[in-house]
Amino acid sequence: MIRSIPLLPAIVLLTIFLLGPVISSFYGSLTDASLSGAAAQNPTFVGFDNYLELFADPDFPKSVILTLVFLIASAIIGQNILGLGLAILMRSSNRLVRGMVGTFVVTAWVLPEIVASFAAYAFFNDTGTLNSMLGGIGIDGPNWLYSFPMISVILANIWRGTAFSMLVYSAALQDVPTEITESAEVDGARGWQRLAFITLPMIRRSISTNLMLTTLQTLSVFTLIFVMTGGGPGTDSSTLPILAYQEAFKFGELGFGTAIATILLLVGAAFSLAYIRALKPEVD
Amino acid sequence: MKKSLFTIAAVSTVAALALTGCSAGDAAGESTTIKVAYQKFGNFTQLDDHMKDVKEAFEAENDGLTVELVPIEAQQNDYFTKLALMNQSAATAPDVMYEDTFMVQSDADAGFLAPLDEYTAEWSDWDMFYDNAKEAGVGSDGKTYGIPMGTDTRALWYNKDLFGQAGLPVPWEPKTWAEVLDAAETIKSELPDVIPLNVYSGKAQGEAAAMQGFEMLLYGTDDTLYDTEEKKWVTGSQGFEDALTFIEDLYQGGLGPTPEQALDKNVGTIVSNEWFPQGKLAISLDGSWQSGTWLESGTSPWPEWNDVLGQAPMPTQNGQEPGATSMSGGWTLAMGSGSTNKDAAWDFIAMALNKDNSQAYDVAASQIAVRSDVSEDPEYQEANPTFGFFSEIVEVTNFRPATSDYGKISNEITVAMEAVMTGQQSPADAAATYDKAVVGIVGEDDTTSSE
Repeated sequence: MIRSIPLLPAIVLLTIFLLGPVISSFYGSLTDASLSGAAAQNPTFVGFDNYLELFADPDFPKSVILTLVFLIASAIIGQNILGLGLAILMRSSNRLVRGMVGTFVVTAWVLPEIVASFAAYAFFNDTGTLNSMLGGIGIDGPNWLYSFPMISVILANIWRGTAFSMLVYSAALQDVPTEITESAEVDGARGWQRLAFITLPMIRRSISTNLMLTTLQTLSVFTLIFVMTGGGPGTDSSTLPILAYQEAFKFGELGFGTAIATILLLVGAAFSLAYIRALKPEVD
Repeated sequence: MKKSLFTIAAVSTVAALALTGCSAGDAAGESTTIKVAYQKFGNFTQLDDHMKDVKEAFEAENDGLTVELVPIEAQQNDYFTKLALMNQSAATAPDVMYEDTFMVQSDADAGFLAPLDEYTAEWSDWDMFYDNAKEAGVGSDGKTYGIPMGTDTRALWYNKDLFGQAGLPVPWEPKTWAEVLDAAETIKSELPDVIPLNVYSGKAQGEAAAMQGFEMLLYGTDDTLYDTEEKKWVTGSQGFEDALTFIEDLYQGGLGPTPEQALDKNVGTIVSNEWFPQGKLAISLDGSWQSGTWLESGTSPWPEWNDVLGQAPMPTQNGQEPGATSMSGGWTLAMGSGSTNKDAAWDFIAMALNKDNSQAYDVAASQIAVRSDVSEDPEYQEANPTFGFFSEIVEVTNFRPATSDYGKISNEITVAMEAVMTGQQSPADAAATYDKAVVGIVGEDDTTSSE
């Protein structure tokens, strides 16, 4: 009991700055709070009306699916696999290549989010870098942001987020004792076998942590999509954060917007639990 | 030692409290700073100029008072959001704000605005304002919350040179929607590099899409948005679907800007700064204030604008009575309910909208005057050759439903427009989605089906 006293400040801070907003946002989602109109002055408690309305809204399931597509394609598959791949390749490459690739990849991560978003916008824009390059080899590129909004934002998010995964995995790979991989090699394990049966299980904890961090980061990506497509055309790239912003601040329905935010919170929690369960980072 | 530390802390706290008490209590709690919030975006800098002038004059006349100008650089709907967020807290709420007439009721209901009746009762200038303009600043409780600055109408602007090249008649007088689209077709086939017809559409344009775009169409059909007699919102109307069909024909038929151009937040600025002056756009369904940008005082002077551009009233769908249609809005100056120096805030509003200042603003921003002494002033009438045309169509103009739900419903209109312009929904489906949303906003009892 006494020994947990040093934790107290941390707990107090977390309660004030983390739990507090979560609870107040959950309460807000049960009211009809809005930016203007009578409900702005005296929001009334409406129970789960916002949620019922949300589930009946055809935009909502679409937005959930887009969020999952964005999450799985850009974070779970894109950033993690590419990040791991780069980390593994960089281990066996020479210093010059390692330095160059590392700098190149990390640049995207170093850029402030808004700058990275504008860079991605300029790249995918109808008259942007990508189409100019395609034009150079005689291909008339489509208007990416308009015709393939999801693919564009997914690629942009992979570009921006891969460095983080790469750094985490590089660090993890250094902790894999070389004796073990070497002895496996002596036992006749091929490259992919060593990766699948030695390396991956040994960096399981890092995979779990990294999956969780990239998932939560990607779930909350707002600036990138907002700058590149604004959630459009129509609602074709409106992930949950964009939808919540649109409802709360564009349409003034604060209560309804917070309901979406609460759902987003639950999605994040569900993924985190799944990773912890599946990869059991604390065992062994 | 401990005790003395405590004493010092206590004494200094009391002293601090007393000091703040003194400064706040100065002049019976009245603030000496008047915070004025208004919009400044793209080409719309006339109000910023106007406010700067009034600030200077006001400070010269009222010793000891300071005017703090808070220009909010945001596109229209973002401006409403930012203003509403400022109004949420007493610390940031402005004393005077630039308020769209359609937001007056909603913001008055929200408790953001202070009633102005006791001030207007003693203001001799108030008699100079037209009654229908005064009406626009009235809240749902019948009190006046906004003093109108000017009004506007909307019509078709077209490029006479391009019309000549395409073999279309000048002056152009379309009688039906079909004739408007036919002209656009002709432009498309004769002048393939020119955007035939611009109608604002989609969520990015916000209220501009709902009003300049959609309602200019809808009010030319046999249906309306809102049944003023029954006080009910109309759902399931043929006119609504027809108006969406027009948008679909325009954007999916390649007669308008590409949907991605139209969904650019800056398209309004692009139309007046680039497309019109550079002859890249033949027709635009646009506001009476357009020319303000091209005047010498505007952000993008274009001396030849009046020789190149013509105006035609927007026809009704099939030419039905009254033959043409228009929509009118306008902006007001309103007072924040949390203002700690309401008298000074009022003095600022009264000065900003006295005869000379109203006239200067109406001319600079190409507004239709709402004060009789301004509109009858020959100097005003001569200031802009289009004032006559746009004042005339006031006869056929319509006003947006004056209810506090309008803002939310206007958003749903832009959602429906964007769904059809991008081909995501058919007009019938988008109209059905809109109907459902309207019922969700106002409730089943406040809607009426036109069938």
